[in-house]
Amino acid sequence: MNGFTLTPVETKPLSFSLPVIGAAGGFVGLFVGTAHGSGLMGVAIGAVALMVLAYVALVVLGLAQEKITRWGLVALFIVAGVLLAGVPGFVLGLLFGLFFSWFIFWIGEGRYRANLAPYLTSGQVLWHYAFRVICGAIFIFLITPILVVMPLSFNAQNFFTFTPEMLRFDPAGYSLKHYQDFFTSNEWQQALRNSLLIAPAATVLSVSFGTLAAIGLSSEHVPFRRAIMAILISPMIVPLIISAAGMYFFYSRIGLQGTYIGVVLAHAALGIPFVIITVTATLVGFDRSLTRAAANMGADPVTTFFRVQMPLILPGVISGGLFAFITSFDEVVVVLFVGSANQQTLPWEMFTGLREQISPTILAVATILVVISIALLTTMEYLRRRSERLRGMSPS
Amino acid sequence: MKLTKTLLATTALTVAAGTAVTAQDMANSLTIVSWGGAYQASQDKAYVQPYLAANPGVTATWDESSAEAVAKLRAMNEAGNITWDLVDVVASDSMRLCDEGLAMEIDHDEMLAAAPDGTSASDDFGDLIVSDCFIPQIVYSTTFGYRTDMVPAGTEPPSSVCDVFDLAKYPGKRSLQKRPIDNMEWALYCDGVAKDEIYDVLGTDEGVERALAKLGTIKDQVVWWSAGAETPQLLADGEVFMGSTFNGRLFSAIAEQNQPIAMLWDMQSFDLDGWIVPAGLPADRLARVMDFLKFATDTQRLADQAAYISYGPARTSSAPLVGKHADLGIDMAPHMPTDPANAGNVHIYDYEWWADNRDDLDAKFQAWLAQ
Repeated sequence: MNGFTLTPVETKPLSFSLPVIGAAGGFVGLFVGTAHGSGLMGVAIGAVALMVLAYVALVVLGLAQEKITRWGLVALFIVAGVLLAGVPGFVLGLLFGLFFSWFIFWIGEGRYRANLAPYLTSGQVLWHYAFRVICGAIFIFLITPILVVMPLSFNAQNFFTFTPEMLRFDPAGYSLKHYQDFFTSNEWQQALRNSLLIAPAATVLSVSFGTLAAIGLSSEHVPFRRAIMAILISPMIVPLIISAAGMYFFYSRIGLQGTYIGVVLAHAALGIPFVIITVTATLVGFDRSLTRAAANMGADPVTTFFRVQMPLILPGVISGGLFAFITSFDEVVVVLFVGSANQQTLPWEMFTGLREQISPTILAVATILVVISIALLTTMEYLRRRSERLRGMSPS
Repeated sequence: MKLTKTLLATTALTVAAGTAVTAQDMANSLTIVSWGGAYQASQDKAYVQPYLAANPGVTATWDESSAEAVAKLRAMNEAGNITWDLVDVVASDSMRLCDEGLAMEIDHDEMLAAAPDGTSASDDFGDLIVSDCFIPQIVYSTTFGYRTDMVPAGTEPPSSVCDVFDLAKYPGKRSLQKRPIDNMEWALYCDGVAKDEIYDVLGTDEGVERALAKLGTIKDQVVWWSAGAETPQLLADGEVFMGSTFNGRLFSAIAEQNQPIAMLWDMQSFDLDGWIVPAGLPADRLARVMDFLKFATDTQRLADQAAYISYGPARTSSAPLVGKHADLGIDMAPHMPTDPANAGNVHIYDYEWWADNRDDLDAKFQAWLAQ
């Protein structure tokens, strides 16, 4: 990486580089081919085409012409992309061209060994890269469904469809009307208000009760600690639909069904286990002699709690609170039972919207929520690092 | 429990029927349950907003829960906590709710407005009052739409429901509703059974086998849907060549979203949608509901609804008043399932037959799907 190599690079024999590059070409060809009707044809064409290109680049033109060859390859891929799929093909062609023009020389010239220790066997080298590819594949698997939603939310049509206009990058294919719908529709705004009212209230309750419960359960003189703990975290283990149905009938009898307080209490019950678990975990590392030292210096238990114990277990409390907030903010099953039409939250609105009317407004809301989540997490992480830096710890 | 309910209902009847009802006796909020989407929007614009404008101080809340209305009303009844005031359901659900005592029986002539020419409400709705608890609003149909740009070159566009089963002439995927109703009838019809014998044939085990065998010829090309929004989405994506859904959904995709889709009205299956009032409402809420219902189901209001969605008004007297689409300005009459040009060959779905046979056929259909 930093300009020096661990292992001297040597040109690989064609009997090695051509099949490897061909395999990569076949893999890409599988996707292109499937999009055009025949996956098998795609594999065959991709593999053969890439082997031919690699042969031309590595043998006929050779290392001396590398720069020109690379640009030629990029241009070639772009032309092929445009011919196959128009404007979107241009983007794909550009990406594939950049990748393969690098990949052909990376394999062919044996550059992939440059940053690895010279004593590694071929198997270890293979695993080194296979591991990274697997990690990348898992990352793509996790992130693609979220990313796909974002461009679709700018759709000018009322369907979850990449229209031909969108694929041509024609501005007419895009619009902000679904965002406008979200910000102007009464239902969505009411749902947003409900969510912003219920989730923080439920979080405050969860954090207060959960922290107290965790501190109580971690002191040794409490009888039946394990049994109490098991009961308190049961909302996390019992299937949600069971808790929801039980709460529905119980809350109906005591007049809490269909009220804000009912939904807040139900969500607090769901959030408490998260707080208990994170705070209990932080308390394991808490030195009890500190509370005795505080008592020794004349602090009463309440002062000790707020001045000594709380600051030290705060990270656990905050992350438990975050979980509790997200649980309430994302929750749809319990609120469908315990809430009534006046307590429709964002997930409820999205759920009914998806079932009755597949409208991209849902995608616009999803995009806004993703952006807010990213902003929240980034801010949290920044503040955490900042406070650690101020306290003289190295950020971890 | 039963006695209290009867008593309550009787009191409520007297209250609603009496002329002495004043605004003070009525609750000031309404929770109305419907299907969401364009249909609920049409109800909101045609009767809820006008009603609220005429009755300041009253608020209405929508709950998009009609899909699970039966289950939720059962749970509410068990919990003794009815939170809904008025529920929009399909005709078959209204029959179930009425049989179980979860919906209130309605005296249509007493409680609803007469037609402008004096025809009583029950005559105006006619046969559409399929249950004592049911107040019809609209006639809709389940029918097919197809992609006009995916019709094979040199072939006539599909004109018969049997083209759905003709994979040789019209290759491509189809979307069908994931239930036996309609699909079994269409299958038998296209297998050569005369229209008036469909239910006789379907009543026998061989008939069921025959219908499933016909559906089996296209099974590997079928995408099964369960929510009305799915077929328009699949058609817009070009995922399917043709698919069944509610005609209003297709109208919206064609006329409002300008999708390359056309209607196939042949053998459309008529069904009804309407209101039920949950049994056991407190007197003040019931008084408000009945006041709203009288307004919302009158001749003009039902005709107004047709300006927002292409479903036929349930009152005979509303039909001549159907005008133009509120935003697009096109004539709505030709888009109604009941329009003579569209209703040349319709399938009349037999409620009673399905009420008796539904569980049995559902089981057989699901087993067949899983094969």
